[in-house]
Amino acid sequence: MSDVAHTQDSYLGPPYGLGAWLLTKDHKRIAILYLISITIFFAVGAMFAAGIRLELLTPKGDLWTSDTYNKLFTLHGVVMIFFFLVPSIPAVLGNFLLPIMIGAKDLAFPRINLLSWYIYIAGAIITLTAVFTGGLDTGWTFYVPYSTLSSHTAVTTAAVGVFITGFSSILTGLNFIVTVHRMRAPGMTWFRLPLFVWAMYATSLQMILGTPVIAITVLLVAAERFLHLGFFDPSLGGDPVLFQHLFWFYSHPAVYIMVLPGMGVISELVAAVSRKQVFGYSFVAFSSLAIALIGFLVWGHHLFVSSQSIYAGLVFSILTMLVAIPSAVKTFNWTATMYKGAVTWDSSVYWVIGFLGLFTIGGLTGLFLAAMGMDIHLSDSYFVIAHFHYIMVGGSLMAYLGGLHFWWPKMTGRMFNDTLAKASAVLVFIGFNLTFFPQFVLGYMGMPRRYHAYPDEFQVLNVLSTAGAGVLAVGYLLPAFYLTYSLFKGAKAPANPWGAKGLEWTVPSPPPTFNFESDPVVNEPAYNYNPGREVHVG
Amino acid sequence: MASSSTPLETGAQGHAHNPNLQHHFYSMSQQLEASTLGMWVFLVTEIMFFGGMFMAYIVYRITYPEAWVLGSHHLNVGLGALNTGVLICSSLTMALAVRSAQVSSRKGQIVNLILTIVFGATFLVVKFFEYKEKFEHHLVPGPHFDMTLPDAGQQQLFFSLYFMLTGVHAAHMIVGIGLMLVILTMAIRGRFSSEYYTPVEISGLYWHFVDIVWIFLFPLLYLLGAHLAAHGG
Repeated sequence: MSDVAHTQDSYLGPPYGLGAWLLTKDHKRIAILYLISITIFFAVGAMFAAGIRLELLTPKGDLWTSDTYNKLFTLHGVVMIFFFLVPSIPAVLGNFLLPIMIGAKDLAFPRINLLSWYIYIAGAIITLTAVFTGGLDTGWTFYVPYSTLSSHTAVTTAAVGVFITGFSSILTGLNFIVTVHRMRAPGMTWFRLPLFVWAMYATSLQMILGTPVIAITVLLVAAERFLHLGFFDPSLGGDPVLFQHLFWFYSHPAVYIMVLPGMGVISELVAAVSRKQVFGYSFVAFSSLAIALIGFLVWGHHLFVSSQSIYAGLVFSILTMLVAIPSAVKTFNWTATMYKGAVTWDSSVYWVIGFLGLFTIGGLTGLFLAAMGMDIHLSDSYFVIAHFHYIMVGGSLMAYLGGLHFWWPKMTGRMFNDTLAKASAVLVFIGFNLTFFPQFVLGYMGMPRRYHAYPDEFQVLNVLSTAGAGVLAVGYLLPAFYLTYSLFKGAKAPANPWGAKGLEWTVPSPPPTFNFESDPVVNEPAYNYNPGREVHVG
Repeated sequence: MASSSTPLETGAQGHAHNPNLQHHFYSMSQQLEASTLGMWVFLVTEIMFFGGMFMAYIVYRITYPEAWVLGSHHLNVGLGALNTGVLICSSLTMALAVRSAQVSSRKGQIVNLILTIVFGATFLVVKFFEYKEKFEHHLVPGPHFDMTLPDAGQQQLFFSLYFMLTGVHAAHMIVGIGLMLVILTMAIRGRFSSEYYTPVEISGLYWHFVDIVWIFLFPLLYLLGAHLAAHGG
């Protein structure tokens, strides 16, 4: 990347060299380090997904043995969740943008920021070691007693890897929280913060409160396997359901850790493409906090069929449905922002609309699963698979790609081919629906998850799904080519190519090492596109 | 905290330049507030981390009160009480070390930090002998656990939690002592004064937190047997 032309003191400028990058404390360079690493892990996770879809092309389990298939879906989940989705938007876009958006020179703790990347890499290497020393076949959920007593795969190694990676997430969250509290520029009040920052703040709260619990939980699993301590072993009187409680106490909020940043990205994009202030700014801001809060109280909906008491189930069911309120607030407000907005048909709009469509379907099917009676039928079926892919892939990944495109000129100083970007967004949207919509039907018809063979009558829908995965793959590969191409041949990006509001668009592309040439002072609300009609909040 | 060697000093208007001020902060007070908040947030994550184990403890204690009484009776209350005292003393010396830094007393910092390290090490030595005793009495969970005990499986569960809780706590003590050695080295070099004492202060917060965890562990593990036996669970 060093041959990108840049202004004298651009963060991409000197010092060059691997050492200068690997020991950098600049949040922007660390974001690039994360970008490269998570892209690699996305490719790895996608390979595992390809293995799954190819097996499911035919009803017979003829491509892989059932053991190999178990490892494929486990590793797909572990890699995509812990090494791609959780760090994706926060560690790449958040790292790069959050300090600039609030007018700071860096995150509060630059060295801890670098440390978090090294911890991430260490955890990733240990987890990948597990892949080559027996694999992992427990599912990404590590359910006991299978994971502690029965599995002959490298559960301990993988658990230690996930444990270590968790601290990377914790440190990122900690850094963001302190940065938002203590590093805002003069005049940057809480209610002038871009909504992306609010979303990052809410995500960070979940990271610091949830991640330690999964860390100790997988540590207990590792200790149970490795040191023969018994925590969840029924033969000692231990309770495997306790594991599920502890696991989902993190892992359900983790869903919001994955989707809240995406919502933040979409808020920015919606305002920029509509040239309007986000409708109901404070509602959108507080709905992020509401999702973060309620998100901690719903983990029990993963235990509807795990011997949980029916009364606990009822409470969890109601609380789960409550999440729909702040989610709907956001969706309606985004739509209302676009309504009568001066919508510019850049590629950004395509990602936004794709996100809105897929996230809405994902959210509404979540209500099906929150209803206890329905859930007993749909539990552990492909309906669940389709639902969470609509949220995590349709929602988060679409938003991540949208955000990556939107801020790409800022990050690299180069413009990409907008037509190809639109093509990519459309391909992803079509491919995604083709892949996962049939899975709703399959799940409803009773096809269970995690089997490598299935009855013949499910084949047509599975073929459609695999074909869709092919389209999706093309949609994901396209950006890899034209974005890389833009680094070398792309037109130089102006400071504000989209005519958007926000401090990040006031600095050169790519930004200088210390972000701002002079200390910024903020004297207007966020998204002040129509100063005559500004809405004051807070 | 490493001093910055950046040419950019625009943020330091109105403040005498302090070499300990990192380039991305406007002032020393902003830097202190950020670091302190950072440590508090970290301690929140630590509470959640221990919280997972305390949750397991609560669930099993309610389910198996008899086994918990039996298991608790195997623990050495005398040594536990001794360690509690040792840690409370270490918290006092830690607080005095922070105070010494705030009043720019280098000697006070060095003496109090050394005392803190000595108390911390004493705790670990006592803990080592406690573990050794459990090992000799076949109370370490796993294949060597004494299965002739009443409610052996459930007692094994108690000892699993005992070793996990105290083990993770001891690991935090070791990290804390490492941290204190770093702070001590910096104190000997005269890095801290009333102008700049952030590292001493936030390391102190960590140290007190680790002590407080023990203040919870001691009654929950050691004194519980006597309590439950006296009040019938």
